[in-house]
Amino acid sequence: MTIKSALTAISAKPLPQDTHSCWSCGSMRAAHFCESCGKVQPPVPVDYFTFFGLPPKLNVDVPVLERTFYDLSRRLHPDLNARAGSLEQEWSLEQSSLLNDAYRTLRDPIKRTEYLLHLEGVELEEQSKRATERARATGEVKKQIVPPDLLEEVFELNMQLEELRMNKKMGENDDALASEIEKQKQSLEAKHEALLQELKTHWSDWDALIERNPSASEERSRVTAKMVDVLNRRNYIRNLLRDVNAALEN
Amino acid sequence: MATDRIIGIDLGTTNSLVAFMQGETPVVIPGDDGLNLLLSVVALDVNNQPVVGNAARNALIETPERAVYSIKRLMGRGMEDIQEELKLFPFRLAEDLQPGEVLRIKLGDKTFTPPEISALILRQLKRSAERFFGGPVSKAVITVPAYFNDAQRQATKDAGRIAGLEVLRLVNEPTAASLAYGLDKKQNGIVAVYDLGGGTFDISILKLHDGIFEVVATNGDTHLGGDDIDNLLITIALDDIRGDLNLDLRRNAEAVQAIRKAVIDAKIALSSQPSMKLDIELPEGNRYQREITREQYEQLIQPIIDRTVGPCKQAMKDANLKPEQIDEVVLVGGSTRIPKVRALVKELFHREPHTDLNPDEVVALGAAVQADILGGGSEATENMLLLDVTPLSLGIEVAGGVTDKIILRNSTIPASATQFYTTQIDGQANVAIHVLQGERELAKDCRSLARFDLKGIPGMAAGIPRVEVKFLIDANGILHVSAREQRSGKEAEIQVQPSYGLTDEQVEGMILDSFDNAEEDFRQRQLIEARSETQTILAALEKGKKSSAWGQLTTDEKKQIAKMEKALVAVNAEEDYQAIRKAIDALNHGTTRLAELMMDSAVSSALKGKNMDETDLGEGPTAPHPMAKAEFE
Repeated sequence: MTIKSALTAISAKPLPQDTHSCWSCGSMRAAHFCESCGKVQPPVPVDYFTFFGLPPKLNVDVPVLERTFYDLSRRLHPDLNARAGSLEQEWSLEQSSLLNDAYRTLRDPIKRTEYLLHLEGVELEEQSKRATERARATGEVKKQIVPPDLLEEVFELNMQLEELRMNKKMGENDDALASEIEKQKQSLEAKHEALLQELKTHWSDWDALIERNPSASEERSRVTAKMVDVLNRRNYIRNLLRDVNAALEN
Repeated sequence: MATDRIIGIDLGTTNSLVAFMQGETPVVIPGDDGLNLLLSVVALDVNNQPVVGNAARNALIETPERAVYSIKRLMGRGMEDIQEELKLFPFRLAEDLQPGEVLRIKLGDKTFTPPEISALILRQLKRSAERFFGGPVSKAVITVPAYFNDAQRQATKDAGRIAGLEVLRLVNEPTAASLAYGLDKKQNGIVAVYDLGGGTFDISILKLHDGIFEVVATNGDTHLGGDDIDNLLITIALDDIRGDLNLDLRRNAEAVQAIRKAVIDAKIALSSQPSMKLDIELPEGNRYQREITREQYEQLIQPIIDRTVGPCKQAMKDANLKPEQIDEVVLVGGSTRIPKVRALVKELFHREPHTDLNPDEVVALGAAVQADILGGGSEATENMLLLDVTPLSLGIEVAGGVTDKIILRNSTIPASATQFYTTQIDGQANVAIHVLQGERELAKDCRSLARFDLKGIPGMAAGIPRVEVKFLIDANGILHVSAREQRSGKEAEIQVQPSYGLTDEQVEGMILDSFDNAEEDFRQRQLIEARSETQTILAALEKGKKSSAWGQLTTDEKKQIAKMEKALVAVNAEEDYQAIRKAIDALNHGTTRLAELMMDSAVSSALKGKNMDETDLGEGPTAPHPMAKAEFE
């Protein structure tokens, strides 16, 4: 690991966003590299959608995104700029890390949605795996919001899981119980998938809004609130599924 | 230019190789004994001169206390995590070793760190290449196990520097192998590379797409390989001897090495024969004889090779792929010659693995391909690009000793993450950060990379400062950290305590201390390079003085620069390349603001519609660099 005490002088002061000329040859350039001379340009802090030249919409054509990712990699990757000057090499490193971070986020439907919500200034409930693990390790009680429509089911399932764990501890095998839990698991998996589909209907609402009237802030919050709700429910089920799988495996 | 020749090196646990791209094909460069494989063994001769490779083989048996093998197992590791190795390998640690210190190994009465020993192997390969080309070689691509962590990678890079090689890239071994395979089969599809070598195991799954080699998942075990099979067989033989002959040879280094040689021969023979007779001469006229069938042997090693199953399954899970979706499986590493290993791979991936290329050479050949790509490419490597991943998650310790993962494993590199830190007490000036690598939930179960303090945070009420810390994993898989306090715009100072590894100064010292016959050559080369850098920076400074930016500097700043310039010119006339470098660094540092100003004015000119040629930067791409010091590395 190497440490530098500050971002280098120049990268700390990014070029203005409306600079459209290449630093090297002066021609008009694409956002990240010069179309005329091919030189990598200094990185400009932009969101991931803008980096890919996309509007902030949630329906993303992933095969097209992948192709763009490959094309940009061929321009920005440090391996292809290994003979450039040291400043250019640094830009290449930063640009390609930005590219990789952006691609990783946008290609995944859930990460993409969470990222958009983050851009909108919406924070998700602490339902993430990270929060769960942290709570588990520190012994703190984590804020758990059980989706109301699941209350009864979850209560039942937790009882069964507890029983399964006890059985396993005693070295007993209860096939009926295991198959009951297995059935519940399948039902949860179906719900998990259905929630993704539900999320996608909100994507379409969002995308239509962006096209129609992007400045309608009230409407924006209405759609994002719906997405937050779906994500929270989905995360809750995901965590539950993880517990079920762990109990079945052990 | 001949000096720009980049070599590809496979620095292996058991054998090392050097290769380069000859026209369209990567080829291995043989050593002075005519062999492609250089045994990764280092010994000291009677004059305390290092002997490397096949020439040191006999020393392992005759003077085991002056020889060392499998040093790769110790790269980037601390005393506390090699207790297992010490039981199995005859590593002799320096007696005065302190916890947390970089390991030092005794050879005779001298001590060496693992990077220094690796550097001796690298230097031998470098010499082979120089003899082959009839000219100096100073740049290399070196391969590392995909599952190597940050410290192990850094140690490998240090070894290169000590050997006088600029390491342009560390490439993961299985990925390198896929490059060698992909060269003549320009195809698309999913490929799994199963790499079981002398000391390490890697599994990588790649997606090939029109010349792009995109790693989608990798996993492995940096302490699993042929060595483990050898050690198991040695232990069995020693137990047998103790039982049958009532002879305890465990502390007899020479006898153990004789047994080691015999079981390795047996292991190799059993890959092609149904049975093998062990017949070892022991001290005092004793003899150990035993017949071992392949069936018995396979039963013995089953638990070892089964340890590769978990990583393979995890990698497929991470890649979200089923065995049926994998189009090809490639075998790499000498241990994949074992029929039982091949059978296991076939079972795991439901298909016959590829073995067209020599499993001992394919990694070095791939390194040569990558070297060619870095050097600007050729017809053979046109359109080829490697997109690799980080094998381990990067995390930060948070409250309760928990690891907060900020870059997940299998993220394409370069990758970055930004974290914000604040203070908990009014006026607090420091924040401590503990960086970790690994998959476990608790910090104590992960690998500690470094602890560092953000210092000099401006005095503000608790919770007000906002320190932005940027973590960036570069294309070598090595982490870089930088920090800035956002509210004041002040750069936060970072004080680092790397958990393992050598400091820059230590590495620098080793380059000088290491006994090299070509010491004088080396010094001369350094001097030439330093002087050429002096010319570059002085020329850039002249340009800067003529620019409008010069006028924006204060008289004091100009005075400082003039002083440093004078100092540089003075030492440049002397023979001390280190002094020259120091003076260059000083001038570099002193002219950072000038470089910034020049850049700014170039930008505003560009905004006004002028192009770069008309601005102060003048000569295009290289102009700003010598003065805008890139502080990476």
